Amino acid sequence: MRDVLAAFILLNAVVLIVTYLTYVERKFAARMQSRIGPYRVGRPHGWLQPIADAIKLVIKEDIIPALADRPVYNLAPIVFLIPSLLIFATIPFAPGLGLADLNIGLLFFLAVSSLEIVGLFMGGWGSNNKYALLSAMRGVNQIISYEVPFVLTALIPVLLAGSLQLSAIVEAQRGLWFVAYPVLGQLAFIAFVIATIASENRVPFDILEAESELVAGFRVEYSGMKFALIQLAEYTHMFGVSCLGALLFLGGWLGPGSAHPVVGAAWFLLKALFIFLLVTWVRWSFVRIRVDQILGLSWKVLLPATLILLMATGFWVALRSGHVA
Amino acid sequence: MADPEARKVIELGYGGNERLVMNMGPQHPSAHGVFRMILTLEGETIAALDSVIGYLHRCHEKLGETLTYAQYPSIASKTDYVAAMTSELAYVLAAEKIGKIEVPKRAQYLRVLVAELQRVASHCLWLGTWCLDIGGALGGGATVFLYCFREREMVLDLFESLTGARLLYGFHQVGGVRYDLPEGWAQRCRDTVDRIDQRLDEYESMLESNTAFLIRSQRVGVISRELAQEVGIAGPLLRGSGVDFDIRRDDPYSSYADFDFKIPVEEAGDCYARYRVRMQEFRESIKIVRQALDGLPEGPISSRPALKSVGQVRIPKGEAYARVEGPRGEVGCYLIADGSPKPYRMKWRGASFSNLSILPHIVPGHKVADVVAIMGSVDPVFGEVDR
Repeated sequence: MRDVLAAFILLNAVVLIVTYLTYVERKFAARMQSRIGPYRVGRPHGWLQPIADAIKLVIKEDIIPALADRPVYNLAPIVFLIPSLLIFATIPFAPGLGLADLNIGLLFFLAVSSLEIVGLFMGGWGSNNKYALLSAMRGVNQIISYEVPFVLTALIPVLLAGSLQLSAIVEAQRGLWFVAYPVLGQLAFIAFVIATIASENRVPFDILEAESELVAGFRVEYSGMKFALIQLAEYTHMFGVSCLGALLFLGGWLGPGSAHPVVGAAWFLLKALFIFLLVTWVRWSFVRIRVDQILGLSWKVLLPATLILLMATGFWVALRSGHVA
Repeated sequence: MADPEARKVIELGYGGNERLVMNMGPQHPSAHGVFRMILTLEGETIAALDSVIGYLHRCHEKLGETLTYAQYPSIASKTDYVAAMTSELAYVLAAEKIGKIEVPKRAQYLRVLVAELQRVASHCLWLGTWCLDIGGALGGGATVFLYCFREREMVLDLFESLTGARLLYGFHQVGGVRYDLPEGWAQRCRDTVDRIDQRLDEYESMLESNTAFLIRSQRVGVISRELAQEVGIAGPLLRGSGVDFDIRRDDPYSSYADFDFKIPVEEAGDCYARYRVRMQEFRESIKIVRQALDGLPEGPISSRPALKSVGQVRIPKGEAYARVEGPRGEVGCYLIADGSPKPYRMKWRGASFSNLSILPHIVPGHKVADVVAIMGSVDPVFGEVDR
C-alpha cells in the first residue's frame, strides 16, 4: 500500500515537473530569440500557461484517420508514454528518496528507456501516413544507432564507481564528481550530452519530427489528448535522461547541506535542470542535420570515440586498483 | 527530369518498384507559399520531382489591361509581395520608356534608395525562412528567423513612414515617385542600416562557424555554370553559379550608373554559395543606400503633375520591355500601349518563376531533407510565380 502511494506521488510529481519544464524551455527559447515568451495566462510571467495548454489539448477533438490501423494507432501514445514514466522508478532523488533503488538500476533504466521506440514506430505505422512512416523509419535508424554510444558513455561512470546501482554511483562521487575527472570526465560528459540529444530526437538530431520536411513526423495525425500524451512522453523521457546525467556525472544529490533529503533533492533537480537547459540551448542555436549525416556521426565518430573512452577508463580503473603493475 | 523510370512512376501515380510517391504541398510548412512538389522517393533519396504551380494565379496580366497607368503600380506590388518596390519600378519604367518620359534626378535616387532597402528587407526574409527550412521551426532556425524578422521590421517601419504602407506600397508612379522623404527620415534610415550592418556580422558568425549549418548547405543543390545559363535562372542563383551578371551594372536604369558597388559572385554553385552571395548583397545594398542618402539631389520628385484622376496618365502608341534587378533576379515588364490610359497588353517576367524551374534538374539524387534546403535557397515568392 505504501509503495502504491509512493508511486502515485512520484508519478504526479514527475508529470508536474515535466509540465513546467515545457514552460522553462519556452521562456528560455524566448529569451534567446529576443522575445518575451508566454506572458498573458497567469501573473506574473504567464505561469499558468502549461496548465492552459493541457486543458486546451484535453478538450480538443480527437481525430482518428479513416485509414488508420485503429488498435495500433490508439495504443501507440500509451506505449510511448509508459517507458518514459517507468524510468523514474529507479531514480534516487536523494538518499532514500526513490521508489526502488535496484542494484542493477542503470541497466533497468537503459533497458526501459529504449523501449519507447516501439511506441514511436507503432504511431508512425498506425497513422497510415507517408510522412509518419518515413519519420518512424528514421526514428528506428537513429535510436538504434545512438543507443549504443549512449550505453557506452553511461558505462564509464559504472566502471569508475564499480556498481550498476545508481545510489552507489552517486556515493562514489563524494570526493570528486565524475565530470571533474581530468580529461576523461569532460570528454565522457560531452559524449553523453551528444548521445542524449540524439536519442531524445532534439535539434540538431530531430529528423523524426523535422517539421520543415515531414510536417510533424510520426505524430502528424495525432490530435487532442493523444498528441498531449506523446508530447508528455517526450519531455518526460528528456527529463529522465537529464536526471540520469545528473546522477552519473554531476554527483546526483551531492552538494552543501545534502545530508537533508529535501536539500539533496533540490540539488539533484537543479543539476538535472542544468543538463536540460544545456540540451535546450543546443536545440535553439543549431540547425538540423540530415539523416545520413546523423548516422555517419554515430557510427564513424561517436561509437569509436566512446569505445576508446571506455577502454581508457578501464585501464585507469585497473591502474588505480593496482591490478596492472 | 533525370530518370525516365521515375518519370513513369509520376505519370502512373503509384509507387511500384519499391518507390514511394509523396506529395509535398501546397499545404506544407516549408512550401514557401503554395507550391506542390510530387516527390518520387527511393527510401530517403529523391528519384524525381514534379512541380505543380498555379495555386495563386490572380490574372495579373489581365488586370494590367483593365487598370490605368495610374492605378496599376499599386497592384504591381502584389506580384512579388516580398519585394513590392521592385515590380512597381519595372512597370513604371516600361511605361516611361514608351512615353519617353523624363524622370527627375531626385526621383531616380529615391527609387534606388527604396529598391535597395527593399532588397535588404527581402533578403532578411529569405535568410530567416531558409534557416527555418534547414533548421526547423522548433530549433536554431527559428532563432535566426526571429532575428531576421526583427531587422526586416525596422525596414518596414521606414517604408511605413515614407508611404503609409508596410507591404504593398504604391510608391512609384509614371514620371517619378509619389512621396518625398518626411523630415528626419534620412537620419532614421542611416541608423537603421548601420544597425543592420552590425547585426549581419552576428548572423555570419553564428551561422558560418556552425558545422551543422555548413554540412547542410555546402555541396548541396549544386547548379553548374552551364546548367544555370541553360535554364535561365537569374539573380543570386546565377551569381552563385559563377556567372557575373547584374542588370544594375550591365544595363543600368534609374541612375544606377552613379553608384559605386560590387557585384558578388561565387563559383561553387551550392546552397552555401547562394547564401554567401546574398550576404554580400546585403552589404552592397547598405552601401548604395548610404550613397543615395549622401548624394540625394534637390528638386521635384515627379515630372508630371500630382494625380487627380485615374485616367490622367496617357502613354502614346508603342511597346517596350523594362527590366530591373530585383532581390530574386531579373524582373521584367513588357508593355504595349495604344494611346489610351490603359495598356493594350502587358506581360510579367518573374524571377521566381524561372528560378523555380531549376528544381527538377538539381533535386533528384538528394535526400528529402535537402529538398527544403534547396527550395529555400532558390527563394521563390509565389505571387510572382503564379501572378
